[in-house]
Parts: sequence; C-alpha cells; structure tokens
Amino acid sequence: MTYEAVIGLEVHVQLKTATKLFCGCRNEFGAEPNSRVCPVCLGLPGALPVPNEAAVIQTILTGLMMGSSIRPRAKFDRKNYFYPDMPKNYQISQYDQPLCLGGEVSLPVLAFPKDAQKEPQALAGKKVRLVRIHLEEDVGKSFHLENCSGIDFNRAGTPLMEIVTEADLTTPEEAFALLTTIREILRYGKVSDVDMEKGQLRCDVNISVRPVGTEAFGTKREIKNLNSISAVRRALKHEIQSQIELVSSGGTVVQETLRWDDARGETIPMRTKEQAHDYRYFPDPDLLPIRTEGRLRTEAERRMPELPETKKSRLRETYGLSEYQASVLASDPPLADYFEKAARSTRNPLTLANLTLNDYLALRQDSPDPMSIPPEYFGQLADLVSDGTLNSRQGREVLAILIQAPRPPKEIAQERGLTQISDSQVLEEFCREAIAANPKSVADFKGGKAAAINSLKGFVMKKTRGQANPQRIHELLESLLREP
Amino acid sequence: MDHSVPTVGIDVAYVAGLARLRLSPEEIETFGNQLEQVLAYVKKLEEVDVQDVVLAGEEKGFQNRLRLDLALPELSPNEALENAPQQRGGLFLVPRIIE
Amino acid sequence: MSIAFATIHELRKQLLAKEVHPKEVVESLLDRISSVDSRIKAYNYLHPERALESAEKADVSLPLGGIPIAVKDLISVRGEPCTCSSRLLEGYIAPYDATVIERLRAAGAILLGRTNMDEFAMGSSTENSAWGVTRNPWDLSRVPGGSSGGSAAAVAAQEAIAALGSDTGGSIRQPAAFCGCVGLKPTYGRVSRYGLTAFASSLDQIGPLTKTVADAGLLLEIIAGADPRDNTCEPEPAPSFSTKLGEEIRGMTLGVPKEYFVSGMDPEVEAAMQKAIAHLEGLGAILREISLPHTPYSIATYYLVATAEASANLARFDGMRYGRRAPGCNDLLETYGRTRDEGFGREVKRRILLGTYSLSSGYYDAYYLRAQKVRMRIREDFLTAFRDCQAIVTPTSPMPAFRLGERTEDPLQMYLADIFTIAVNLAGLCAISLPCGFTQAGLPIGLQIIGPMRKEETVLQVGYAYEQSTSWHTLRPPLG
Ligand SMILES: [Mg+2]
Ligand SMILES: [Zn+2]
Repeated sequence: MTYEAVIGLEVHVQLKTATKLFCGCRNEFGAEPNSRVCPVCLGLPGALPVPNEAAVIQTILTGLMMGSSIRPRAKFDRKNYFYPDMPKNYQISQYDQPLCLGGEVSLPVLAFPKDAQKEPQALAGKKVRLVRIHLEEDVGKSFHLENCSGIDFNRAGTPLMEIVTEADLTTPEEAFALLTTIREILRYGKVSDVDMEKGQLRCDVNISVRPVGTEAFGTKREIKNLNSISAVRRALKHEIQSQIELVSSGGTVVQETLRWDDARGETIPMRTKEQAHDYRYFPDPDLLPIRTEGRLRTEAERRMPELPETKKSRLRETYGLSEYQASVLASDPPLADYFEKAARSTRNPLTLANLTLNDYLALRQDSPDPMSIPPEYFGQLADLVSDGTLNSRQGREVLAILIQAPRPPKEIAQERGLTQISDSQVLEEFCREAIAANPKSVADFKGGKAAAINSLKGFVMKKTRGQANPQRIHELLESLLREP
Repeated sequence: MDHSVPTVGIDVAYVAGLARLRLSPEEIETFGNQLEQVLAYVKKLEEVDVQDVVLAGEEKGFQNRLRLDLALPELSPNEALENAPQQRGGLFLVPRIIE
Repeated sequence: MSIAFATIHELRKQLLAKEVHPKEVVESLLDRISSVDSRIKAYNYLHPERALESAEKADVSLPLGGIPIAVKDLISVRGEPCTCSSRLLEGYIAPYDATVIERLRAAGAILLGRTNMDEFAMGSSTENSAWGVTRNPWDLSRVPGGSSGGSAAAVAAQEAIAALGSDTGGSIRQPAAFCGCVGLKPTYGRVSRYGLTAFASSLDQIGPLTKTVADAGLLLEIIAGADPRDNTCEPEPAPSFSTKLGEEIRGMTLGVPKEYFVSGMDPEVEAAMQKAIAHLEGLGAILREISLPHTPYSIATYYLVATAEASANLARFDGMRYGRRAPGCNDLLETYGRTRDEGFGREVKRRILLGTYSLSSGYYDAYYLRAQKVRMRIREDFLTAFRDCQAIVTPTSPMPAFRLGERTEDPLQMYLADIFTIAVNLAGLCAISLPCGFTQAGLPIGLQIIGPMRKEETVLQVGYAYEQSTSWHTLRPPLG
C-alpha cells in the first residue's frame, strides 16, 4: 500500500512595527536583556494593554495580499496557560473573531527547493487554502541554564501574526514552497523582514498519513516551533517517513506534540503542556473590539503592493523577459523597480535585463549602493550595448565607472576610447591586413577548416585593441575569404 | 483522581491543576462542596430567556481606540528586575523549563 | 477640634487662608492614626517621612494642595508596596504610578498610606486579608464591610481626610454604608483603571470614599477622565461633577425598585429606608415604584462573570517575576502550585476555582456566555427604568455591619449580601452610598442612589440634597 501525507501549517510571523502590540516598548531584536520592557509587557499588577494600530493594519494588509476576507469586526481573547516566558500567564490572541478569514496562496514552481523544481508535483501550480490570519502577542525568550532557566522579556508582547493553512499540503517540498511564497509576499507588503536568523518566522506543523485514495484523516502529530524553512522540510521528511513506517508495519500513530532536533535530525516528544489544551479562551475584557471598516481597511488598501505573481507576469509580458529573469527580478522588488525605471530609457529591455541580472547583480555584491546610478544612464548603457557601440565587456567596464561617478555612459565610453568599431570600411582594412599577414590560416580555412577564421579574428581584435565588433569582423572575414 | 476523596460533580483536582493551585485533600473536599452549592445556585440563570441578546461589544457604531505606533519610555533593566525573586545576568531566573 | 476631623472642603479653606500648614495636617493625621489605628487596623502601610516631606513642598493653590489621601492597597504607587492584602505580593514594590495617582499628585494631594482590603478585592468584610482584619469604628466587634474596608474605616475613624477605593460589586458603597461615610462608584469607563490591580476587568472602577457628598464630587473630578492607557476608559474629558450641588431636587422623579424590598432585609434597614424615601418626598422629589425584573439573577451573573475574569487576571501571580516565591521547590510545577497555594487565601482560591471551572472546556457556553447574556438583560432593565426616573434609590446593603467571623465559611450567604450593589456594576452605572440613619445598636445604615451611565452629577445632586437636610453625616464613631 502507498501512503500520502496530509500537512497543515501554523505560521507565526513577527511584524515589523516600531513598538510592541499592546505597549509602547520598542520592538527591537538584540537589545540588552530586559531593557525593552514596561509594566504592561511584564504583566505587572494593574497594567493594561492598548492595541497598536500599525500591527492591526499590517495584519489586514496580509489578509488582502492573500485573498482573505477581512472581518468587519474582530476582537481579542485571552488564551490561558501557565508558562514562565508568558508574563500574564495568558496570551492575548484572537479566538473566534480573527481579523482575516480564508484566503489562498498559490505555489509557483520556482518557490520549490531547487532539487525539486523538476518534479511533476512542483509544476502543478497548486493552491493552498488558508483557514485564517490572526494577531497575537509573542512570549519572552528563555535560556536554559545548568539547573534553572533565565528569561528575557524583550520579545514578550511583540506583535506576532499567525497564518493557519488548511491541511492542503502533501509533501515537505510543498511546505517549503508555501513558506517561501509567504515570505516573499510578506516582504512585498513590508509587514515583516521574515529574517530566520532573528526568529521572525516560526512554524508549527501538523502531519498525518493515510493510504492513497482514502478520504479519512489519520491521527495527526504536531511538531512545534520550527524556525527555518529548510528545517520544516527536513522535519516533515523525517516525520512522514516514520509515520508511514509505523502504520505500514501495523502500528498506530498516537497524537503527540513533538519538538524537532535539527542537529540530530529527529523529533522528540515534548514533556510539558500535558493539560495545555484546555485554554479557557474568553474575550479580553481589557480590550474593545476592533472595527476594520473605515480607516484601518483604507490604510491597508493604500499600502497594498503589486503581488509577486502579478509582477512576474507583467514583467514577462511588458519586457519580453523569460520566466527566470522575471522571477529573479520579482524576488527583489527594489531591483525590479529600478529595472523598470531604467527600461524607460532603452529600446532594448532584454539587453537591460541581461545587464541587470549578470553584471549589475555581480557588482552589487561589493559596491555600496549601485542603485545610485540614475536609471536613465543605466537604460542608455543598455542601448549602447544592444546597438553594438559597446561590446559586453566594455559595457561592464562602463558600468563599473558609472557606479563610482555617474555621468552619461556615452561620455564615459568616448573618454576612455571604449567605442566599439563597427564601421565596415575601417574594419575591412583591418581584415584585409589580417588576410595578407596570415596566409597559412587563410589556406586552412579555404581547405575546409572553418575554425581557422578565429586566428584571423584574433589578429583584428589585437590590432584594434579589442574595440572591434566581433560579429561584424566575422561577417567581413567570411565574405572577404569567399571572394574569388 | 484520588478515590479517597469524596466525588463531587466538579473535578476540583483537574480545575485546581489548570489554575496551578496545589490544594490539600481537605481543601479539595471543602471547596468542592462549596462550589457545588454555588453552581446549584447559578443554575437559576437557565430560567432567563437570552435569545437575541446582543452582547456588549457587539453593538453597532462604536469607535476604535487604538494606539499610534510610537515608542514610550521603558523601564531600565534594573527597575525591571528589581522585584524578581531570583535574577542573574539581566535575566529573570525561574525553575528549569522542561520542553 | 482636631484637623483630622475636617472634610476636604473645610481643610482647603483653612489651607488657603493659611490658618493651617499642610505639615500640621499630616502630623494631625499621624497622631490620630497612632491613637486609634491599633484598634481599627485600617492601614497596611504608612510612609510618614514621605508624607511630611511632600507636605513641606505642597502647593495649596492646587485643587487638592496639601490634602492627604489614603489609597487602597491595590493601586500602584511608584516606589511603594502594592500588596492587595495578599501574601503573594509580599515584598513587591511597584515601579510605576497608576493614572489616578498621577492625577492626585498633579492636584497637589499628599499620599499618606495604603489601606487594608479583602485580598485582591475579593470579599465584603475585609476579613480576607493576609495582614489581619480591619474593624468597624462604630463597633470593634464588627466588620467594616469590604473590600475597601480599610479606606472606609480610615475615613470614618478620622484617620484619613478622604480615601480611594475600588468597587467591583459594591466594594466602595457597602463599606461606606457599614462605616457611615460616603462612597461613590463612578460609571464604568469614567476613571482609568491603569494601575488598579484587576479583579474583574469589566466591572472594576476606582472611586472616592469621603466624609461628605461634596468631597466625593471633588475627588472624582480629580481622578476621572480620558486615559489613553486604558482601552475601556471613556475618551471624553470628565465634566465638572459638582455643578448641580445645591440645586434642589423638587420635581425630580426617583425610582424605588419593588424587587429590592421583598425578602431578607433587616427590619431596621427597611425602616430607615422608608424614612429616607419620605424625606426625599419632603424635599419635593416624586418617588415612584419601578421594576427591575432580572434582579434575582444578578448575584449568579456577577459571580460567574467576575470569577471568570479573575481566574485569568490572577494567573500572573505565580512568583516568577515578582512577589513571594515558595521556597525549596523541586521543579516548575511544584513552584507554581505551592507559591499560589501558600500565597492566596481561601476566598481567592475559591473564586479562582469557580472562574477556572466556568471557562473550562465544555462549560463556557452554559456558564460564562449565558451570564454575559443575562447581564445584558439586567442592563436593559435599568435602561427601561431610567425612562421613568432620573435616579433610583435603594438601601446600600440589606443589613448593617455584621460580626467578625460570622459569614466567612458560608460563601453563598456572603455573596447574597451584595444583592443591592452588584447590578450597578453589571450595568456599568454610577451610584453613591451615604448615611441615612443608625440602628438601635448604633450601626450606620446606607442609602444608595443609582444614576444612569455618565450621570454622576445627578447622584451627587440628590445625595447632597439629602445630606444637607439631614445630620447623619455629622455623627462620629465613639473612639475617643
Ligand atoms: Mg497562536
Ligand atoms: Zn512594554
């Protein structure tokens, strides 16, 4: 019997706000421990929460980007459980009236891991449905010391957005692709940097397996707190395999909460939270409900960006780019914007795309801010390359100078004598000279060795100090050699 | 549940566990009986017709009261840790958390 | 007469006329406290040096300049303990000021000390305190009421000029009635709760306990008004509440709920109430019977809503970040369990258990949600009633102060005593309690005047008219 996995994700994303969700402490990573805290986020007696408008707007914006329905009215609830990293021993979250319901994320092929992009399932253009998106507060950070734990509450109370998917995923690669796609969308909306190093994306996964072709769900197990996209893939791969092994050898899966040990490559059952499922949710009486209609929604709509998939197809159609070129540009919205500005000053956007993706990206690695080149100069440079005034090596050279001191690229080329010689009369002189000076190569060519033309070309390039248009030389040499 | 404790309708031990209260068997029994009494009393709420009740916060026409995303002064780490029963290296120390 | 016996209004006159210095006021109160508080035990904590120091610098031109105010021990005052009369908060020093404290300071008030209460405001007798019981100044064998019993007793015993309390189900009004002083529960949302240790967030309000109605109005004016730190606080600034003081109540319609005069009321309380009604009629008010049909459900509703909220509000008291942690525990669970078992008193545990139970899996709809719905019915009762009257008059409590220890282990009986005050909190209304007579044995009896939401000036107007035409408020307990 063959089995398939059924996977659902709960994705927690740290929002990019200046302050925490319910108090004015700075939402900042890496500060001195317990220096970004106040009575509210320490849960001191008498302190009260007041919601941060920016976090609400960002959650609504995320819902809009993912096609969720934005609820006209949302509220905050208390989720009760005891944990030392949670100052009030309840988390302010959203239970039955979240900000966003439903939604959908489709998985583009290039979002899959590189090694899986050729697999047929990666090509399906699969859509993953969302259950909901809600807003809640994060907990503090614990450090495990010899015989106790230490807690830093700087993170406690920072805004966390939870995206819950339907159990629509069937492979670790799809989970990987979903997370990659979500990450790109969130960056587009500027709602989170989704920096894994800083734990800005954390994921709980639910997995069960069932025989292919059956409808009923198997017993699911949950892996908590995965903090990188590749760890999600590894953990899922491991868990699916072990569930299939268990079930196919006649065993049964027991519902359990697990922790993933990435170093050891295995899941470990969590020992605490035995009774944790009786969360006793109830509406937080300290907080008024939230009305999303009006200002909040308008503001989110105003910030709505063009989405990655829309951008890709528009780039392909408008500029005639390949799928790959469009994807690379779309994965870097500031770069794509820059490209589009430059494209207004060129007749050949494809050359511009090549310049951008090959030369410009390479230069970007080690120069401060190449985007300081006025985009019209960058566009003009593409024209000089595409009309043959500069060859590609010369184009690169001008680009490097442009970064240091922006000037019209034509000026740079002239000053440096970098203009490519395309004038046929001039080139013909050089070609005749080459033919005269290399009787052996001429004889070889005429004797049928087509490659012999290369040494003649080399002669011309040398004479012109590399400024000749190689395409033109080739054509000229061929026609001269064929002359009777 | 411990069967030496007289059974009451409420699983007091379970509820005490949720509330992280470590009660003595005597307390479990006394509280159990008292809570039974209170719960019998609150049963009278079933007499009230609550159909179509609009709960507070579900009424129409309220205004949002949200905060602008602007930083306010924090406590210093010293002030924050001043009340900690145990602290070291800027951290609150708590009994070991087992995952 | 001792300075300590003065009202805020009297003292203000003397301070402005430079007949007394703020330092003398503080000294006079400290004298009074040292002579009577060993019998009353109204205070948990005093800070004489700090009070004297602020008296030196007091600016008497401010609205409360140089006036000492006592504060219930569950409101945060920067640099002072805030124990909530609980062992669990032993050693905790608040690092911030509650909004009401900021406002008192800005108005020039002097913070004298912290008053005793039922632990976490849970109780009606101030017997549930980790620091011992407070006694009723009129009869030391009786309770002062609760949970703001320390504040009420301090004002009644002339150990404070005025005090702040908090009222979740009657915790300002009932002790005011038991101790023969004035207690005002403002409209929900009128006074910021920021810095008030929460018992039941949707019911709690801070309010004044004073010697006179006018003082209550003045103190409320100082502490009320919009606060961006409390999401549930009304966004409008507070109006002047005292504008109608002295206006007559002739022609005003006052409702008398028939459901409040049926069962179990002390005959002396009932008699005093009838006299008060006759007196108000004598002042020209029109007394009219009204109906609040859901009255029989208010106590059950209250205990479900309040305990559910409390079970979450009190979860933070776990000995991890502040307060007393049980020593010698082996692991986290034991630390939680023993810290909370040793730190909380019986009434608090009882209510946490009830609240936890009513929210737990499978019971939410039957208990908490139903209670919230019945609460809306209770609110509708009042909205309907206020179409026919401008205020409602009732006794504050069905009986006068009871004896210490009389009701501690009968929670249901204790809860039932709050029958007249609880509905006001459930409906979010404002109400005042003021003295309206004494029993044969010399125990004060309280009259409650309930107003619609945001109509504090009306209850103050009616209360003032009654007070100024009677002399109950001039009587003092026999403490020497
Ligand atoms: Mg969550
Ligand atoms: Zn904070």
